[in-house]
Amino acid sequence: MKPPAPEYAVVVVGAGPAGMAAAVEAAVGGASVLVVDDNPAPGGQVWRAAGAGPFTDGRVLGPDYAAGGAAVREFAASVATADVDHLSGAQVWHLDDRLELGLVLPDGRGVVVRAGRVVLATGALERPMPVPGWTLPGVMSVGAAQTALKAQAMVPEGRYALAGCGPLLWLYAAQAAAAGAPPALVLDTSSRSNRREAAQHLPGFLLSPYARKGLPLLLRARRAAPVVGRVDGLHIVREGEGLLLFWTCGGREDAAPFDQVLLHHGVTPNLNLARAAGCELDWHEDNACFVPRTDEWGRTTVPGVLLAGDGAGIGGAEAAASGGRIAALAALAELGAITDDERDEAAAPLQAERARWLRGRPFLDLLYRPAPHFRAAEADAIVCRCEEVTGAQVAEAARLGATGPNQLKAWLRCGMGPCQGRMCGLTVTETIAAARGVPPAEVGYLRLRTPVRPVTLAQVAALPRTEAERRAVERL
Amino acid sequence: MFRRLLDADEPARELAFTLDGRPASGREGDTVAAALLALGRRAFRRTAVSGAERGPWCLMGVCHDCLVTVDGIGIVQACLVELRAGMAVETQTGPREVQR
Repeated sequence: MKPPAPEYAVVVVGAGPAGMAAAVEAAVGGASVLVVDDNPAPGGQVWRAAGAGPFTDGRVLGPDYAAGGAAVREFAASVATADVDHLSGAQVWHLDDRLELGLVLPDGRGVVVRAGRVVLATGALERPMPVPGWTLPGVMSVGAAQTALKAQAMVPEGRYALAGCGPLLWLYAAQAAAAGAPPALVLDTSSRSNRREAAQHLPGFLLSPYARKGLPLLLRARRAAPVVGRVDGLHIVREGEGLLLFWTCGGREDAAPFDQVLLHHGVTPNLNLARAAGCELDWHEDNACFVPRTDEWGRTTVPGVLLAGDGAGIGGAEAAASGGRIAALAALAELGAITDDERDEAAAPLQAERARWLRGRPFLDLLYRPAPHFRAAEADAIVCRCEEVTGAQVAEAARLGATGPNQLKAWLRCGMGPCQGRMCGLTVTETIAAARGVPPAEVGYLRLRTPVRPVTLAQVAALPRTEAERRAVERL
Repeated sequence: MFRRLLDADEPARELAFTLDGRPASGREGDTVAAALLALGRRAFRRTAVSGAERGPWCLMGVCHDCLVTVDGIGIVQACLVELRAGMAVETQTGPREVQR
């Protein structure tokens, strides 16, 4: 794979639905484009291996996934005609307000790339689900199992349970059943008390494409395995070679052995790179998460950095693709490649399309928002997987005066490990909020800094530097 | 831990590698993490803090729990690296050692 050029008009981070769409749109507008993605192939998470994976028909994974294949092929065509440079298996560890990106290439070399504009399409990740025992081998996220299904056509071996709530939980149950490996049990933690608030948004949901897709899927999924509802407590312990899963429903406890347990409590923006680049965040109450602030074009609070797709707010693949193109058009206009009028005219149908999809989100977000006691960690649950910090330690520190995640980081190291808060950030905020009796928005989120992924001294030391930079440090 | 759905008993698609020094095999298209899961491995490493066993959580490059050593390089996210023939994969124990 050839190394990237030192400079591009538009650098897109992420080759999922938003990233691929942004890249193709920017290239059509005449800009030089680089797409950097950490996976071996384009598609992001939702369209993982859609272009070339083991499942090309919709039989197991559904028609939306098959449709993703078309987007992947269109992107591949842009790359093949050299309109777009695509670096796969590469990681971005640095982005600053001078629009310089630090990358690590698949062979381990570090390079710096300058951008005219940056479009972050860094997507989403699953919300941490800090139940006691969630760090045991054999416990994974539902999304992880879906990744293995899409990319390697693998299913969990033996008896496995799903626990949690959210559209992905039901989608995977239906897909795994279609593949001949349904879960042995589904524990549904969705909170009844959300229903009234969600119901206000039901008309929007019914008018959106989600309703047509979602209801048949839900019926298939619920027929795939026994479902226990109103689950309000979970914990997992090792038993012999396997796991013992405990659950409570209104005071009554049950347990059953499983070979594997898959957990899911929704998806939230993957905001580490945006945060480290200096983007301001806002708390979104519907989805109980922090989201980088963007305008309708995807512009963040850092000039020159735009954000599209689920990373700018969970909206799904189709809304992400529209958002990617909208951000690319905004970047092209800012670079002078197109006029503002041209931008507005091209963006109008995309904005309408995106709105059609987003209309359905408030209902889903509210219906499946995990109950507060699941979002703050219990005393003996691990909050920070990297540093092995428990809920009890976090709550105690909050009571002793660590009023926010950044003070807590200095006391307990939550957020300092390799994952840089991706697995603990929201839990830390919620646990501190619960201990202090204040809303999460008041507690705030971890301040993150470069590098956003582990890099070696050798990779940093090998970066090119000018004579002036050398002199500034060595003072010769 | 995970089983393969498509039975690809085609020798061309098998990839021989070593796992903790012993011969192992995976398939073309596997990430290192997928290959280890298909071989029945649930734990890939022991943590630096308490020595607790950990395996992959997210399989998408964010949790950093699937860390292994590949061809002598440590702290490699097994879920992001494609398996290649001849790779030497070692599961990690504790913190990474600095070469002296």
